[in-house]
Amino acid sequence: MSVTLWTWIFVGLSFSLYLFIAWRSRVKDTKGFYVAGRGVPAHANGMATAADWMSAASFISMAGLISTMGYSGGVYLMGWTGGYVLLALLLAPYLRKSGRFTVPDFVGDRYESNVVRVIAVLCAIFVSFTYVAGQMRGVGVVFARFLERDVTEGVIIGMLIVFVYATLGGMKGITWTQVAQYWVLITAFLVPAIAISIKLTGTPIPQIGLGSTLNESVAGEKGIYLLDKLNQIQTDLGFSSYTDTFVGGWDKANVFFVALALMVGTAGLPHVIVRFYTVRNIKAARWSAFWALLFISLLYLTAPAMAGFARYYMIDSLNGKTEAELPQWFQSWEETGLVMWFDDGDGVVRYSAGADNEIFNFKGSLSEIREISERHAVWKATSGVQGVDGREVMRERGIAGPDRDIIVLATPEMAGLADWIIAFVAAGGLAAALSTASGLLLVISSSVAHDLYAKIIKPDADEKKKLLVGRATIGVAVIIAGIFGIYPPGFVGQVVAFAFGLAAASFFPVLVLGIFSKRVGTVPAAAGMIVGIVFTGFYIIASVYGGMKPWTFGIFDHGIKPQGIGSIGMLLNFIVTLGLSRICQPPGVAALELIDSVREPEGVGPAIDIEEAMDH
Amino acid sequence: MSESPPDLTPNRKSSSYEAHLKKFWSGNVRIMLILLCFWALAGLGCGILFADTLNRIKLGGFPLGFWFAQQGSIIVFVVLILIFCLLMNRRDLKHHEELKDEENQSGGGI
Repeated sequence: MSVTLWTWIFVGLSFSLYLFIAWRSRVKDTKGFYVAGRGVPAHANGMATAADWMSAASFISMAGLISTMGYSGGVYLMGWTGGYVLLALLLAPYLRKSGRFTVPDFVGDRYESNVVRVIAVLCAIFVSFTYVAGQMRGVGVVFARFLERDVTEGVIIGMLIVFVYATLGGMKGITWTQVAQYWVLITAFLVPAIAISIKLTGTPIPQIGLGSTLNESVAGEKGIYLLDKLNQIQTDLGFSSYTDTFVGGWDKANVFFVALALMVGTAGLPHVIVRFYTVRNIKAARWSAFWALLFISLLYLTAPAMAGFARYYMIDSLNGKTEAELPQWFQSWEETGLVMWFDDGDGVVRYSAGADNEIFNFKGSLSEIREISERHAVWKATSGVQGVDGREVMRERGIAGPDRDIIVLATPEMAGLADWIIAFVAAGGLAAALSTASGLLLVISSSVAHDLYAKIIKPDADEKKKLLVGRATIGVAVIIAGIFGIYPPGFVGQVVAFAFGLAAASFFPVLVLGIFSKRVGTVPAAAGMIVGIVFTGFYIIASVYGGMKPWTFGIFDHGIKPQGIGSIGMLLNFIVTLGLSRICQPPGVAALELIDSVREPEGVGPAIDIEEAMDH
Repeated sequence: MSESPPDLTPNRKSSSYEAHLKKFWSGNVRIMLILLCFWALAGLGCGILFADTLNRIKLGGFPLGFWFAQQGSIIVFVVLILIFCLLMNRRDLKHHEELKDEENQSGGGI
């Protein structure tokens, strides 16, 4: 059977499973729709959170990123896991105790202001849309690469599936499908990693394999550590050493600020926080933070191993090879343009950081790729008299090396694994993209239908009406997300930095101070949020689009990258909020009671549920 | 002995309960701060600030700073949340027991 047939089988099976689960968990009330009836067990919620969190980017792009960044790739690993410690210790149990449905809901009640509530709603919607656009695109791309379908067709199929299970089951349907999606994606990630670890180092545990010695059959001699060999190859070819710290543009200050912004941003992302509202009590909220990070760490501890293996394998199987010696996977990916070889005429592949590099990638239409290749073939055949040197074309565009996204998708082929495993990886990529998309769509829906409609526009609407509005907004959100997926706005890649920066600079300080301070009232909180958002937004927009030179703040050697600016935005938010709290009015009686009730251990005052909660 | 008539449901506004809650909360904050120190030490410290120095030490095939950035810090994070869960859930339980004891004393101690 071919890879395509296997892929259809796995995609078909996994999609039917998701639809079946959706049908089993359809809901009748808003409590079921927004917080899954608060009946999700801790370990299941942990899996759902993990699937919610690990997007197409974590599954497909992260290992590739680390593979090209080496040590500095750690910012993503530390940033996207360290945030869970902040979540577990500072936010999750207390927000669950508050008994609210959404993040803006808590913020609005704690600071007794609809202005603060609306700012929070707008942030939540913005953050979620920037994220979800990338996910729908991811679905389309997986369809395009593995099933040879149009990206648009893939996006539409993905939209339909999400539409059915999100409108039918709301949070309940999403939660249980995410549990299934977790197992699909983690198996699809671990199996190739284990296989390639055995192949290279003889250790079945990839995390240990990365620090082990290479097999004699691979390295040609005994007792050479994989990482030492990798460092040596890298420096020989002019790349920076794989394990060395603070090379290239990643100096200490930037690594620090980017990692911190990602950590704090993670803790402030609404689609992650809302998952902790779905469990039965505080104890379960704490445990589900633990389970979530444990399940996430399975992938996050494997990704760097995969990255190291792939880096070694990539260079080793390409550099210095003749056309006949090139591996099979290279040829199949060459057709997509994601890895291309433009020979200088000597018939030997050169993959390096210098001017003699011959490995590139190209994102464009297939006809363009063919045209460049053909003109290069002419150039080579006529020894430069006619045609165009493909290397020149590529260098002008600044795209050396293979596309980083193929690292995960091509490793099963590198390791020579069976066709059905390769197909399973495709199903895993789809699971990662769909699970994150559905979680984000629910946040958008609850922000509009609960925080705006039910809380501000029409507080007296009955349960049935509220549920209908919830379903309708999620439907509309799916369609908008799909349109973003089909016609991706050029800025999607860059705005992910925006999403984290914004979450770090707006939500995190307000939530933490809302729980841990009894002094902070309405005005300081609103002012702090606005300062954080404006500063972070300005810096990112000005440096990404306005060509502004990154600031050094007078103390750093290099300017701070836009990805890291959220850390400084967060500090500003804290400073403004705490400073103003000294002169502004403290919170009112209702807010103080809310603070007391979230701090109170459970059992004395049971975790409030929506029926008994204040203002309901 | 309290002057008030015995009441089997804890009075949430009584001053002794308030004091109890205050003590409970400051204990929570202390646990949280200690764990956050370890969080910062493992991730921001060993993984970033001291990574270049730690890289001179080798752990098997791993330079230590690199290992902390890509493996160690994540393992520490998981363990920290585990410790937090165990400590806090035990504190919650102890809090209830103490409350029950107090209740019994004030209720039965005539």
